[in-house]
Amino acid sequence: MAHDVQHYNLDQKFDFTAATKKSVFTVLIIGAALLVIGIVMAMFGGHHEEAAEAGGHAFHWYERLYANLWINNVYFTGIAIIGVFFFAVQYAAQAGWSAPISRVMLSFGNWLPYAGILMIVTFFVANHDLFHWTHAYLFDTNSPEYDKIIDGKGSFFYWPMAKGTFPAFYILRMVLFFGFWVFFFTKFKKISAQEDQLGGTSHWFKMRSWSAYFIIFFAVSSSVSAWDWVMSIDTHWFSTLFGWYVFSSWFVSGLSAITLLVIFLKSKGYLEMVNENHVHDMGKFVFGFTIFWTYLWFSQFLLIYYANIPEESVYFIERLSSDIYGPYIFVNLIMNFFLPFLILMTRDAKRHGIFLKVVCTLIIAGHWVDFFLMVQPGTLGHNGGIGFMEIGMFLVYGSAVTFVVLTGLSKGNLIPKNHPMLEESYHHHI
Amino acid sequence: MERDKNFILGVYDDEDVLLHAVSEVRTSGVKIHEVYTPYPVHGLEDVLGYKRSRLPIAAFLFGLLGTTLALTMQLYMMRFDWPMIIGGKDFAAIPDFIPVTFELTVLLAAFGMVGVFMISSDLKPWAQPRIFDLRSTDDKHIMAIDIANNTSMEVAKIQEILKSSGATEVNNKSFE
Repeated sequence: MAHDVQHYNLDQKFDFTAATKKSVFTVLIIGAALLVIGIVMAMFGGHHEEAAEAGGHAFHWYERLYANLWINNVYFTGIAIIGVFFFAVQYAAQAGWSAPISRVMLSFGNWLPYAGILMIVTFFVANHDLFHWTHAYLFDTNSPEYDKIIDGKGSFFYWPMAKGTFPAFYILRMVLFFGFWVFFFTKFKKISAQEDQLGGTSHWFKMRSWSAYFIIFFAVSSSVSAWDWVMSIDTHWFSTLFGWYVFSSWFVSGLSAITLLVIFLKSKGYLEMVNENHVHDMGKFVFGFTIFWTYLWFSQFLLIYYANIPEESVYFIERLSSDIYGPYIFVNLIMNFFLPFLILMTRDAKRHGIFLKVVCTLIIAGHWVDFFLMVQPGTLGHNGGIGFMEIGMFLVYGSAVTFVVLTGLSKGNLIPKNHPMLEESYHHHI
Repeated sequence: MERDKNFILGVYDDEDVLLHAVSEVRTSGVKIHEVYTPYPVHGLEDVLGYKRSRLPIAAFLFGLLGTTLALTMQLYMMRFDWPMIIGGKDFAAIPDFIPVTFELTVLLAAFGMVGVFMISSDLKPWAQPRIFDLRSTDDKHIMAIDIANNTSMEVAKIQEILKSSGATEVNNKSFE
């Protein structure tokens, strides 16, 4: 076909306008207000007596706050790292179509340093209130509370320290993962910025190698972080595909966030070379990985349900037989599988912003529910639920992440103007 | 004149020329029967003005049929016809049925799609393919024009349009 010379503005920068900032802050303030209402309600309307009757330790309102912090820490860390991961995938796969939106993906990594600090601080503040395995008496053979199973798993948290003291190995992994993730993110950003200055193909090749290293590192760290940060809450329980399950949840919500940001930027007049063909590809990724998440969710559920081994099925019994969490299992499946699957099935739905906007928003909210279901039953039990505190905390985190990501995006050139595959992406046609 | 019997063939060397020729020929009012190329030419369907295939709709309906069939079959067998307790579950243990349901959905969607495709493109084992020009399997693009579909225009005029659009040869081809 005739190749008309394209004249796009490659030097455009995202302008984080006062109006956009204002709407982000409005969401933040609404979220903060809901959060405060939620905290006040939890402080004065608590369920102290119930918990005491149940024989457990007394329930304090701040445990719910910690659980909320943890849900959002893990969830938004995932969205941030998926931005970097998807960026790396483009280079490792030598993809050309995605060149103009690659910086949009990478910009999500700007949240990683904040996520890392929040994660470590929350861990030390919440400690016993979130993680059962942090109690020293579980590892003391003389204690009546001694737990043989957790003792067997103890080294995974405490090595090389004595079990029940300082979780050195756990903290080391957390620092190591965030350290490397931030390292790779800044490395990618640096190479990409150099490419803008110098041009040529050498930066592309360099990026490809670093992307490959990152993907190898991420393959291991994504799984291990899922065991550490989510699966260790239900300390006795284990699931062999849990790492993949968490990864797929992260991946589909990260893809939705990237798609939403691309559509938002297009609506503001940026990225004019991105047309419905590129949006279609993002839509296909969202659609495909929605099914991938469902596949993993269901694989985990079916095997546990079918085998019916008590130490495995306790996880689902805890959730399905609970009045609080039971309904959300179905909400989770409807929001994250049935609706996206049916809405995004046709080609037109994947090519038009309005459908994708609805579905991506649905998925981002839906996968928060997924993480809610992973964290709260094991930490709060019957004291949990989705109330003002949950919605408020989600909005606060969501707007904070949006603010950090958009600020990061506005700092550099929006389009990698010397990307060797930019020309190819102009002619992307599917 | 009888349809699908007598054709004018434009022979093209180059896919870029072909793509322009298709638009030119169409804008001059000639209806193209089909274009035969040795390899897929990107953008050809667009210039030929083909509508999007409705095959996905067939696939969806066959998939739906598979889902329904699988669920009713298993429910009938396991709950009504010969109830069996397996692993202490209910007779109608829906989660157990999902893998089979999934497989039958995929199977019927795939088979249905292949079947519909074969019927709609008239592919059958005993079908005799009509070869307009053997070189369309080698290095030439062949544009076939059914004379019966273009009675409003003289044959010589059509040949002239093909020539001026960049055809290296213009031939006639008749089938029995």
